[in-house]
Formats: sequence, structure tokens, C-alpha cells
Amino acid sequence: MENESRRGFMGKAFGAVSGVGAVASLYAMKRSWDPLPSVAAAGFTTVDLASAEPNALVVEKWRGKPIFILKKTPEMVAAQTEEATARDVIVGGENFLIAIGLCTHLGCIPSYRKDSSDFLCACHGGKFDSSGIDTQLPPPSPLVIPPFKIDGTTVVLGEEGPEYAKMKESGLIA
Amino acid sequence: MAHFEKANSLNEWLDQRLAVNTLQRVLQTEYWIPKNINFLWAMGMVLAITFGILLVSGIFLLMYYQPNVDTAFDSVNYTIMREVGFGWLWRHVHAVAASVVFLIIYIHMFTGIYYGSYKKGREIIWISGMLLFVAFSAEAFSGYMLPWGQMSYWAGMVITNLFSAGSLELNGVVEWIRGDYVPAQAFLTRFFMLHVLLIPLAILALIGVHFGALRIPHVNNQDGEEFDFDVEAEKYKAGDKKSSKVIAFANDFLSKDMFVVAVYLVFFFYLVFWNYGFAMDPVNFDPADGLKTPAHIYPEWYFLWSYEILRPFSKDIGLIAFAFAQVIFVLLPFLDRSPNAVPARRRGLFFIWFWLMLIDMIALTAMGKLPPEGIYSTIGLVAAVAFILLWIALPIITMFEKKV
Repeated sequence: MENESRRGFMGKAFGAVSGVGAVASLYAMKRSWDPLPSVAAAGFTTVDLASAEPNALVVEKWRGKPIFILKKTPEMVAAQTEEATARDVIVGGENFLIAIGLCTHLGCIPSYRKDSSDFLCACHGGKFDSSGIDTQLPPPSPLVIPPFKIDGTTVVLGEEGPEYAKMKESGLIA
Repeated sequence: MAHFEKANSLNEWLDQRLAVNTLQRVLQTEYWIPKNINFLWAMGMVLAITFGILLVSGIFLLMYYQPNVDTAFDSVNYTIMREVGFGWLWRHVHAVAASVVFLIIYIHMFTGIYYGSYKKGREIIWISGMLLFVAFSAEAFSGYMLPWGQMSYWAGMVITNLFSAGSLELNGVVEWIRGDYVPAQAFLTRFFMLHVLLIPLAILALIGVHFGALRIPHVNNQDGEEFDFDVEAEKYKAGDKKSSKVIAFANDFLSKDMFVVAVYLVFFFYLVFWNYGFAMDPVNFDPADGLKTPAHIYPEWYFLWSYEILRPFSKDIGLIAFAFAQVIFVLLPFLDRSPNAVPARRRGLFFIWFWLMLIDMIALTAMGKLPPEGIYSTIGLVAAVAFILLWIALPIITMFEKKV
């Protein structure tokens, strides 16, 4: 009886110590899978929009992701809905689409079709208009607008400026 | 100190120390297999041999492959293919075996479904088998990343994005899995680790469970006949091999098993030497480019059916349907409510269910390969809905099945 309680105590003590060890190791393993600090810190891209051509898609790279930048023609701006205009980034008096160029379904890169001024995703057939708003399933939501800050005719991606904050407030950015 | 007698032969010496004779008896000469089976019962051995081929060819590829985003593509397509003596052979063997292993897995699975070999004590065989299917899928996917071509990269992007769980937007989880915002160096190295160590270890452990789970319920037979293996084994050992319903695993059953394996290997090496192209997507001979999606992204043929279940729906419903398709086969022993563990042809409605399921999965596979347009989209949607409905119908039709 005395022996059994001593073994029971040893068992519980071992269980407790190994439990702490197991949790600590799991934490270490989780942290080892985290993105490296150098990867996480990499991340502000500055783009000068002064020389952008209308209705010609420019693709920049930010944090390894493609960023679509599209200067709209006055006809395109006139034709679009208010909802679409609210998503425009105004730089130097011109309307721009700035969005992460990954389909919101599963992350393929849609291609821009100049003639119909829309985006078609080849993976699963999704479509977005020139403001990045989803017009055909399966994508569930518009193209994501990355954090940006306007500085004269340049845009800094990765930094949250007042225009971005305003879009966020009005619920354009989830 | 234990007492050992002087041994008179090498066999005796080994037997004293390792019980080799007992092992041989338990694992081979007195491990009993039913007589009433057909060539489909050899698929387990065919799979074991194919896994061995993957292991050996993989070891040779591992000697020259470089898990680095700058050198991976060339280490496969230049070093292994052009410089290493017979490097092309290991690569083609590895690629063909990785594809064909799924064909055999599907045959093995549907054989089990047809003959009811997942019930009445055989549930663990089925469950460990389905876990092996999951492990092989993960192994195939992680291996697909390694050449770091366009298909590697974009399949990696799409599949890891599945873990954001749709509208839950768990982007942190996706970035954690990748170790970066997009598939990059951290991603390649960790999938390399998974492919060459962790998943193969899991597969080996699961194979151990899969084999072990067979010993108590024994191998099923063509008629689902229940008999006493001990009684039949005694008959066999007493010399009445003719009326005994069993034979020994080795050498009796194994010799027939290896005959099927030999026929399979002829087919296998025919593919390796003359028709390896199907296992090597041309798009993957373009190096990975994170800023350019290939025009059509489709997985290897063995994933097409579940891909097609994902595709026709909106994002969240698609993901739920996809997750359903991934796990539902595991639950088969519990969704089949019938008391009968007999071939499907004697089970009425279940027989129709079996063939509808098989045809539906072939239809899903075919539609998954075609572009998602027009009539193909419609057929794909119908087949995807049918897949889900068939699983919902299964417990109902089997509940009313009469005892045979």
C-alpha cells in the first residue's frame, strides 16, 4: 500500500514534468515554423505613379505578392458605379485601382483583359471588374486593397495612410 | 544470466537469440490466407512493392537534389536528368510510381468496398488504410513541390491557401504553414523535410498498423464467408490441403501474389521506359514564377475528383464540400448500417450505390481535367452534388437491407 502510493506519486510527478516538457517543446516547434524575422520585416514597396499609362496594368511586387496598379481612363471612371469609385485611389487627380493581384478564391493571379477592362482568373473561372469587384463566382469578395500611403505622386505599400484608413472605416477593407 | 546451449547450426544459433523460427512460423508458414480469392487480393503486395520502388528511387534522387529556390529546378532538370548516370531512370521511376501508386490504391480501396472488407472486425484495417491514403496524398503533394516549377509553385499556393478556411480568413495560419507570405525558401525546405522524412515515417508506422489490423479478423474472401481459421489451419497442417479453406502465406499465397506483382511490373516498366510523359506535366518544366499564374491549373489525375468537388461551388461551400470528400471515406464502416459483409452483388441497392459511386468518381475526374466552361461545368456540378447525395443516401439504403 505504501509502495503503491509512492509509485503513484512518482507517476504523477513524472506526468507533470513531462507534461510541462511536452507543452514547452510544442511551443518551440510552433515558433520554429513561424516566418523568420527577416521575412516578416521585409515589406515596404514604393511605387511612382507619375508615368503610368491609362488602361495598362502595372504589376508590382510587395511581400512576394503581385500588386495590380491600373490607371483608369476618364471613360472607365464615368462608366463605373459609386461603389467602384469608392475603391479608387486618387493620386495626382487620376483614379487608380490598387489591389493585391491574387484571386480571393484560392490565390491565383487573374489576368487583365484590356478590351473588356476586367480580370479573368484562369484557375476556376472567376471574374473581377476594373475596380477589383468580383463579378463571377467562385471568388467570394473583391480583390483586397493593400495598406497604402499616398506621398505626392508616389504610393508606399505596407504603410497605412489617411486615405487607406478612410476606406477601412467605410468598410471597404475587411 | 540466461542459459544457452551450444548451437549446432547458424539457424539454431540465430533461433536461440532472435527466435527466427518462431517469427517465420507466425509471419509466414502459419499465417493463413483464404483460398477463395482472386487477383484483386494481390493489390496490397503490389502497393508494398511500389512503395519500395519509390523509396529506392527516392534515395538516389536525394543524393543530387538541392532544396533551394535558386538551384532546385536545375538540380532536377539539369543535374539529375543530364549529368547523373541513369539519373533520368530514377526520376522517371519515381514520377511514374508516384502516379501509379494511386491507381493501385483506388483499386485496392474499391475492392475493399465491393467485398465489404471494412466491417465486422475489419474497421481498423479500413481506417488505417484511409489514413495511409491521406499520408500518401501529403507525400505526393510535398514531392510535387520539390522540382520548383510553375505547377509546383502554384499548386503550393492554392493548396496552402485552403488552410485559410474560406471566409474565416485565417491568413496567419497560411503564412505560418509557408513560413513566408508566399511559397519561398522556408516553404521549399520544410516541404522537403516532410517529403523525405516525416511523412515517410508516418507511412511506415501506418503500414505496420494496417498489417497488424489484419491478423485478428484475417483476410476476407470472395464470398464474405465466415469460417474458423483455426479449424481450417489444422486441416491444412494435417495434410488435408484440398478440403482446407486456407493456404499458408508463404510460400503458397506469396507465389501467386508475386505472379500478379510480376505482371504489374511489366506494365510499370513499360510506362517508365515508353510512356512516362503522363506523370510529368509540361508546365512544370517552366521554373517557378510568383508573378505569373499558368493558364490552367489542375492537379495530378489522382486528385482531380476531389478538386472537381471544390470547383463548382462558391468559396465557402466549395471548401466544406471538399473537406467532406476528404474525410467521408474514413467513416464508411459506420455509415454502412447493413449487417451483411458480403460482396456488393448480393446486397441489392448497395450494388447500385457501389457502381454509381465509381462512375461518379470517374466523371468527377474527367470533368476536373477539362476547363470549367459550359457543359463541363454543369456535368461537374451534377457529379459533385451526386457524390454528396450518394453518401447521404448510404446509411438509409443500408439500414433497410435484408440480412442475407
